[in-house]
Amino acid sequence: MKLITAIVKPFKLDDVKDALKAAGVMGITVSEVRGFGRQGGHSETYRGAEYKIDFVPKVRLELVVDDGSVDAVIAAIKASAATGKIGDGKIWVAEVSRLIRIRTGEEGPDAI
Amino acid sequence: MITRSSSDVVQYDTSSDYFPDLTRKRTSLLRRLLIATTISSGALVFTGSIALAAEGDFDAEGAINSLATATNLLWVIIGASLVIFMQAGFALVETGFCRAKHAAHVMTTNFAIFGLGFIGFFFIGFPLAFGGFSYSAFGLNAPIGSPLLGSGEWVFLFKGGWALSGGGITPALLGFFLYMVAFMDTVATIPTGSMAERWKWGSFVTWGFFCGAIYYPLFAAWTWGGGWLSQTWSSMSLGAGYVDFAGSGVVHAVGGIAAFAGAKVLGPRIGKFAKDGTPRAMPGHHIPMAMLGTLILLFGWFGFNAASTFAATDVQFAVVATNTAIAAAFGAIVAMFWIIKRSGKPDPGMMANGMLAGLVAITAPCAFVAPWAAAVIGSIAAILVIESVFFVERKLKLDDPVGAISVHGVGGLFGVLCVGVFSNGSYGAGWNLSDSAGVEGIIKGDWGQLGAQVLGVAVLIVVIGGVAYTFFKLQDTISKKMGKGGIRSREEDEIMGLDLPEMGVAAYPEFVKS
Repeated sequence: MKLITAIVKPFKLDDVKDALKAAGVMGITVSEVRGFGRQGGHSETYRGAEYKIDFVPKVRLELVVDDGSVDAVIAAIKASAATGKIGDGKIWVAEVSRLIRIRTGEEGPDAI
Repeated sequence: MITRSSSDVVQYDTSSDYFPDLTRKRTSLLRRLLIATTISSGALVFTGSIALAAEGDFDAEGAINSLATATNLLWVIIGASLVIFMQAGFALVETGFCRAKHAAHVMTTNFAIFGLGFIGFFFIGFPLAFGGFSYSAFGLNAPIGSPLLGSGEWVFLFKGGWALSGGGITPALLGFFLYMVAFMDTVATIPTGSMAERWKWGSFVTWGFFCGAIYYPLFAAWTWGGGWLSQTWSSMSLGAGYVDFAGSGVVHAVGGIAAFAGAKVLGPRIGKFAKDGTPRAMPGHHIPMAMLGTLILLFGWFGFNAASTFAATDVQFAVVATNTAIAAAFGAIVAMFWIIKRSGKPDPGMMANGMLAGLVAITAPCAFVAPWAAAVIGSIAAILVIESVFFVERKLKLDDPVGAISVHGVGGLFGVLCVGVFSNGSYGAGWNLSDSAGVEGIIKGDWGQLGAQVLGVAVLIVVIGGVAYTFFKLQDTISKKMGKGGIRSREEDEIMGLDLPEMGVAAYPEFVKS
C-alpha cells in the first residue's frame, strides 16, 4: 500500500477529483494549506505599500492506494493538475505499513 | 433680522440691537418662498372661495406658510436620519480596513461614539455652538440663547438651552439639534479610523465626550453658529464671510485634523514601519465590508449635503444632491485610474478613499458651484487623497490605517478653498446676513471669498489643530503621570489584538488567525 500526497493549485481541485474518481479511487482527504516552492511567493501592493505573499495558498490531497494503482493515480493527478505554469505543485509517494478501517476493523488492502 | 408675525407674514426688522437671529439666512430663499406663497395662495384663495365660502375667514396664506414650514422641518429630520445612518458606513469602512484581531474593538468604537459625542453635545456642546442660531424657514424663529463670549461681529461661544431645557424648546429647535448632533458625531468618529488598532478604550471614551462638548462646538460656533468667522464679510470685508455649505471644514477638516493629531500622539502600529522607515502594508481583513460602508456613506451624504438647505421649499437641494453624486462618481473613478498608474492595480481601498474624498471636498461648495465644477472638484480631490496617503505614510511616517487624515483632513481643507474658487454667484444671496448677492469665487473675478476661506483654513490648521494636539498630548501625559501608561493600548494587547484584552470578546471566535 502507498500513501500518495499531492500539492496542487486550489482551482484545479475539482478537475483532479474528477480524474481520480474516473481512475477508480474510493476516497481522498483534502486540506487547504499554504507554502512556497521554487515559485517563492509574489508581491502585491495595498494602498500603495508593497507587501510579499510568502506563502501561496495550495490544496493538499492525500490518498492511500494499493501498489498496483500507484502509476495510474499519479498519471491521473499529473494530467488533471497541470497548467504548464510555475506553481503547479508536486506529488510524492510513501510506503504505508498498516491501514485500518475503524467501523469494521478490516486491515490492509481490504481497508482501502 | 427677519421675524415672522403671528399672521405669518415675513417682516423685515432692521433693528440690530442684539445678535442677529438668522445667521444662515438666505434672502433668495425667503424671496422665493414669498413668491411661491403668493402665487399658490392666489390659487388657493380661488378654490377656497368655492369650498369655504361659508366660512369666509380662511387664511390661505397662513395655511401655506405653516405647511411650508412643516415640510421644511420634515426635510431636516429626513436629513438627520440619513446622516445618522452614516455612522454605519464609518463603522464598516474602518473595521473592514483593520485587521481581524481588532475588529470588535474598532467596530465598537464606532458604535459607542454615537452616544458619547451625543451626551457631550446634549449637555453643553449644542448651546455653545448654536445658542444664537435661528432660521425661520423650518420654524426656528428665534434663537434659544445669546452670545456667551464676545459680542457683535466677534462672538466666540454661545449659551442657552443647556441639556435641551428651558423655555425655547420647540419642535423646530429639537429637529435642528438632531441634525446637528448627527454632524457632530461624524467629527467624533473620524479619529477612530486613524487611531484604530492601538487606541486604549478608556482614552477613546474621554475623546468622545470632549468632542461633543467642546471640540466640535468651537469651529461650529465661529461659522454656522454665527460667530466671528461667519461675520468676516463685515469685520474684514471678505466676500460673504466664511462659507461652508454642509461642512467640508466645520465637520470633515475638524475631524481630519483631530485624526492627524491623534495618530501623531499615538505613534504607528507595531510593525508598521521597518527599521529603515519603509512602510509595510497591513491589509484590511474585510474589503467587501469596507466597500459596502463606502456606499452607505455615499447614500447618507445626500442627507448631509442636500438637507443642509434646511428647506424642501428651497429647490437648490436638487442641485446640491446632484453635485454631491457627481463629485463621488468622478472621485472614485479618477482614483481608480490614478492608483493603477501609481501601483499597477485598482486598489479597492484607494477607490473608496477617492469617492469619499470627492464627497468631502464637494460638501462645502456643493450649493454654489456648477456641475462641471463638481466634476473637477471630485477629480482633484481623488488625486490629492492618494498622494496625501503616500505623503502621510512615507514622509510624515504617520500610520493611518483607513486614510482618515487624507480623506477628511486634506479633502476637507481643499473643499473649503473650492468655495472661494468655483462658486459662480448663482446662490447664497445674503449668506451669513451679508449684503452679498450670491457667493462668488475667483472664477467670477472675486478674490474676497477666497480670502475668507483661506482664513478659515488657517484657523482650522493652527487653532483647531492646536486644540486637538493639546488635548491628546495632555491626556497622554496625564495618563502616564498617573501610572496608567498613556492613551495607547498595552503592547502585548496590541500584538494579541485588542478584541479579547480590552473588549473581552473576539469578533470572530471561530477563526484562529495570527
